[in-house]
Amino acid sequence: MGAYETQGFKLDNSGKRVVVDPICRIEGHLRVEVNLDKDNVIRNAVSTGTMWRGLEVILKGRDPRDAWAFTERICGVCTGTHALTSVRAVEDALAIKIPENANTIRNLMQLNLYVHDHLVHFYHLHALDWVDVVSALKADPKRTSELAQSISNWPLSSPGYFRDLQNRLKKFVESGQLGPFANAYWGNPAYKLPPEANLMAVAHYLEALDFQKEIVKVHTIFGGKNPHPNWLVGGVPCAINVNDTGAVGAINMERLNLVKSIIDRSKEFVEQVYIPDLLAIASFYKGWLYGGGLSSQAVLSYGDIPERANDYSPGNLLLPRGAITGGDLSKVHAVDLKDPEQIQEFVNHSWYKYGDESKGLHPFDGVTEPNYKPEGPKFKGTRTKIENLDESAKYSWIKAPRWRGNAMEVGCLSRMLLGYVQPTQYPFIKETIDGVLKKLDVPVNALFSTLGRTAARGIETLYCADLQVKQFDKLIAAIKAGDTATANVEKWEPSTWPKEARGAGFTEAPRGALGHWIRIKDSKIDNYQCVVPTTWNGSPRDAKNQIGAYEASLMNTPLAKADEPLEILRTLHSFDPCLACSTHVMSPDGQEMTTVKVR
Amino acid sequence: MNAIDDLRCDVLVLGIGNLLWADEGFGVRCVEQLAAEWDLPPSVTVMDGGTQGLYLLPYVQAARRLIVFDAIDYGLEPGTMKRVEGDQVPRFMGAKKMSLHQTGFQEVIAASALTGQLPEELLLIGVQPQELDDYGGSLRPAVKARLAEAVAMAVARLTDWGHAPRRRASADSHRLNGSALTMAAYEAGRPSAAAASRIGDARFLVA
Repeated sequence: MGAYETQGFKLDNSGKRVVVDPICRIEGHLRVEVNLDKDNVIRNAVSTGTMWRGLEVILKGRDPRDAWAFTERICGVCTGTHALTSVRAVEDALAIKIPENANTIRNLMQLNLYVHDHLVHFYHLHALDWVDVVSALKADPKRTSELAQSISNWPLSSPGYFRDLQNRLKKFVESGQLGPFANAYWGNPAYKLPPEANLMAVAHYLEALDFQKEIVKVHTIFGGKNPHPNWLVGGVPCAINVNDTGAVGAINMERLNLVKSIIDRSKEFVEQVYIPDLLAIASFYKGWLYGGGLSSQAVLSYGDIPERANDYSPGNLLLPRGAITGGDLSKVHAVDLKDPEQIQEFVNHSWYKYGDESKGLHPFDGVTEPNYKPEGPKFKGTRTKIENLDESAKYSWIKAPRWRGNAMEVGCLSRMLLGYVQPTQYPFIKETIDGVLKKLDVPVNALFSTLGRTAARGIETLYCADLQVKQFDKLIAAIKAGDTATANVEKWEPSTWPKEARGAGFTEAPRGALGHWIRIKDSKIDNYQCVVPTTWNGSPRDAKNQIGAYEASLMNTPLAKADEPLEILRTLHSFDPCLACSTHVMSPDGQEMTTVKVR
Repeated sequence: MNAIDDLRCDVLVLGIGNLLWADEGFGVRCVEQLAAEWDLPPSVTVMDGGTQGLYLLPYVQAARRLIVFDAIDYGLEPGTMKRVEGDQVPRFMGAKKMSLHQTGFQEVIAASALTGQLPEELLLIGVQPQELDDYGGSLRPAVKARLAEAVAMAVARLTDWGHAPRRRASADSHRLNGSALTMAAYEAGRPSAAAASRIGDARFLVA
């Protein structure tokens, strides 16, 4: 396949090929190959998942009520979200209604995850794409203090505080054990922050690390344990007993007060640290508006956080649901996970086999039959050591999901855009985005960028921190009114189930739309398919050679240095692909040039 | 278990890995067995850390001493046990090629150090895995045979540190994870290769 046009992008794979192999070690390994023109601008991008996974391998024949426990282990980061999606799929299949309190508690756990995950992402997995840690060593602590105090009232901002921190950092760097700071491209010209902003960001990086200690307690309280909380088909496994004072078991007032204080402190941290940092960092990068990819034309969200229990219609979802296609922001299309015409997975460029590959398959009828054959005229390497993939052939373990035939971007930017274009239902989102755009003095179009995605994540964190407070108040009001029900076990026994049933469950994981589709037969799982956010965003080409969201986002980005693909990592990280990945950068002849950590 | 508003503990015993990936499950199976067979003093927290990487940081920071169970590729014979102590731990955790969580945990140790909250003592109880790339598979016999020994190592060390565990009369009711995930149920419920393909990515098979 030579040069061609798709989705408004001109693809040309004739230039120098650079391989970036970030091996995502948790949700699936991820690798990218790009072609650069003579000015080091990306003219072709190929994203591939290099690890095979099929959940039916594990779940077929098991008890549907246990599926959540297995799906919780798929991914190290989205544990609770997978579990919630799974119990929703089973509840949908068996028409199980959950109590109001169960819905509110699930919302609180999900919102807590958003705040936690987005904070960790911003500071620990993404900030180092914008913040040069080594440059922070050159900062003047006094001027750093002035900078910090000019943007926030956060109390940890004295010159002495920043000086101590700088000394600690110096010692750490000198020790040679760089840990999270190892193998980055320090000093790359694509870093734009002055030393003082870098030092401030590093300080908050460490504060955010420590702040995790508070946040994780919410899942322990509602889920009984952490880091793998318990879930229950029909509700939540925790009982509410406000008069209880014991140390184990039920949710009592003491526990609820602790949740309240964590929620309040999270909100404070987001408002006083995360958002000011985001704005400060963004103000130095607002000239770097690459990485928008599909966001200006095709975005998808399943929505989440139902205000009332058991109502999953768009009007009841506090995180927006819908699809935008063709760049028409005036029209939000309804999304139905069960409509066979809407979500379909293609395998024309994926290492799987379908009977007829000219058609996509809806997940209810999903087939996961591996067909690993790296090939094509431009393929170089062997089955076990790939040097160059050929995107004209099959080239990824990720299937290509499409919504009504369109490649879609999922995640925080999609959700915030869908909120922005529906201001009546989502005034908070609309007002916050407008405020941020005004503060940075950039037009709405600036949202369609890597920086826009990163900003959307911050805006969403603010929104979720606020929703947490409201959901908590709702829970307390219900308990005060005497409602302590947290589970509905009417249909717990398989004898109450139909002989065959099928259902779809969804959530918005922090990194995007997550769906589970289950078929139940004779009380056992007959088929189980997951379409995860990274499948949407990391999608390879499809039957029409349309590119996926990662691929689109890299197009036309100039690299400051071809052998230091900081810009590629920055853009891929802005999608929050998964937790711990590491990257190998290969030169065109296949020699490994350098290794970096990628998250 | 400690009070929730205080994560601090004298000893954290952490099992890491993914029980869905054959020998990757070793660390998790170790903590399950430890919790099932031994009654531990309240000063000791036993945790299934899964593949949570950086998300485990709060627990590690809050521990005075840390014992980690893990399957680590040391390039030895499958099933070989290896104990690593103190500042050698991060180095060894980086040795392995194809783990699903290793990079993450190395960073946890580094981040604990960076925030000045590294546990005073670290003990890594590792086993050389045989197979990491069998999705839906369980521990291989050579690795499974080492569970008891690994648990005994932790019990001995806890005793040395003054937190002696006592053997339970019955292990039945002390499960760290839900019953569906216990090794026996997990293994018994696996679909046949005919029902669900088990072919993996050849590039990640252990040579």
